Amino acid sequence: MRPGDRLPPLEIPITRTLIVAGAIASRDYQDVHHDPELARQRGAPDIFMNILTTNGLVGRYITDCFGEGAVLRRVAIRLGAPNYPGDTMVLRGTVSAVDGDTAEVRVVGANGLGDHVTGAVTVTAPGLAAAPVPDDPAFPVPAHDSAQAPAHGSVPTSVHDSAGPGGTPGGGAP
Amino acid sequence: MPPDALYERLTVFVGLAVRTAGPGMDPVNEPMIRHWCEAMGDRNPAYRGPDAVAPPTMLQAWTMSGLSGHAGHSPVHDELFALLDGAGCTSVVATDSEQEYLRPLRPGDRITYDVVIESVSERKTTRLGTGYFLTTLMQLRVNGELAGTHRFRILKYAPVAPRSPSVPASAPPGPGPARPLRPRPVINRDNAGFWQGVAGHRLLIQRCQGCARLRFPWLPGCQGCGSPEWDTVAAGGRGTVYSFVVMHHPPFPAFAAIDSGTGPGTGPGIDNGTDDGTDDGTDDGTDDGTDDGTGAPGPYAVALIELAEGVRIVSNVIGVPYDEVRIGMPVELEFLRVDKELELPVFRAAAGPPRRPAVRAPGRPADTREGDDTREGRGPR
Repeated sequence: MRPGDRLPPLEIPITRTLIVAGAIASRDYQDVHHDPELARQRGAPDIFMNILTTNGLVGRYITDCFGEGAVLRRVAIRLGAPNYPGDTMVLRGTVSAVDGDTAEVRVVGANGLGDHVTGAVTVTAPGLAAAPVPDDPAFPVPAHDSAQAPAHGSVPTSVHDSAGPGGTPGGGAP
Repeated sequence: MPPDALYERLTVFVGLAVRTAGPGMDPVNEPMIRHWCEAMGDRNPAYRGPDAVAPPTMLQAWTMSGLSGHAGHSPVHDELFALLDGAGCTSVVATDSEQEYLRPLRPGDRITYDVVIESVSERKTTRLGTGYFLTTLMQLRVNGELAGTHRFRILKYAPVAPRSPSVPASAPPGPGPARPLRPRPVINRDNAGFWQGVAGHRLLIQRCQGCARLRFPWLPGCQGCGSPEWDTVAAGGRGTVYSFVVMHHPPFPAFAAIDSGTGPGTGPGIDNGTDDGTDDGTDDGTDDGTDDGTGAPGPYAVALIELAEGVRIVSNVIGVPYDEVRIGMPVELEFLRVDKELELPVFRAAAGPPRRPAVRAPGRPADTREGDDTREGRGPR
């Protein structure tokens, strides 16, 4: 594995169930993550995914890609376009640095509105430097859950490949 | 950028502790780990079985208070949020999360965490609205050992506009865009007792235990003898209008159309400005002489009430049109619920003649007789 290597994408259908289950599993009872009416009154068109769920999905994406023994050391994310129900987010990763068993990966999760999440993950995995280039379709991404992790060969890249015109409504650096 | 007084006030909070050695509500445990993994679709075997560790990205989840809310955090967080809520920045969205994992968390670990306010941004305008980015830094420990750090950034902002495409802007009043909430009182340790009293429908006056002097508004020490020791007495509720002004223009939406005649529960009861502004027939919000003085966006009286106990309080006079408020008018304490989360002491014009003659034409701001000192309480008489 070398800098510049790309990880296979992971497509995540953004369902109400995922948004609510993620919010509750992270003990986040903010109404905008489960109550559409209140979300609308706060200026959003619908409920949207909370940042803890996004964080968990990014972590899952990386450990899925790096396989058994991979351990997350750092996950830093910034949110942009919200994840609303009915959308699909495609997570993509590019290796930016490798140092022994440690790799840094740039992650982007794009939905129909634009980039939902951009971030950097540091992960350690034994034998990482000698690992195969993961962009190879044979790279073993565990497709545990057929509903949320289709075999990467089936990921449609045409629809969500580029950031939409919506840009990043929630983004902005302080 | 023009000078931003709010930003200056916000910067005071930088470096302050929000939470010190706060305990997680639950020890790290298998059920929460399993629920998390189910939600995320994460089947990493490292998170299962007898040697399971928690998914590192759960770090923040172990510190979440859930529905029961936090107990025991410092008032810093509430004060900061009250300041922003009061400025209209009532909405919040998380923008950044940076976590480092130094030691795995395992079922049975009991975590504690410290949170400090690391930085506050200047005012920023985003597509969501204008507000301020607040960054906190959390350190999470197990048995005193640092297990992880979590830097968290939120935007606390005034929403651009609720999206309600079904209600055009010219629609008549009715269920539709939310009215902004009245500013929240800034509650701190020096005045929290007063607001606790209001919650129990009592108007509490501080009484110095050194010299028995009454004082209002609440202060940490006596203006007379300097003693920090105090207790409280509940106001009996009778008072008179000592002075007043009439607020004509411009109208502040947050102060419009409170259904004061109906008491609590007039709105759908959500915390971001949800009283829908509709009338229920008891208060039509017009200047027809029946308005209670707080119900209309138009003129309303802001009065300095001298309580029977001798101290004075700024409040609204209700139950009488703004232009019939008079100095010396007897009033009675009431509690007015202005939205789901805010009740305020107000004063209803009482029957009976004014105790002092009206000395001026009412209703013009220039006709104000200033109270000589609203902050100086007097001793019991």
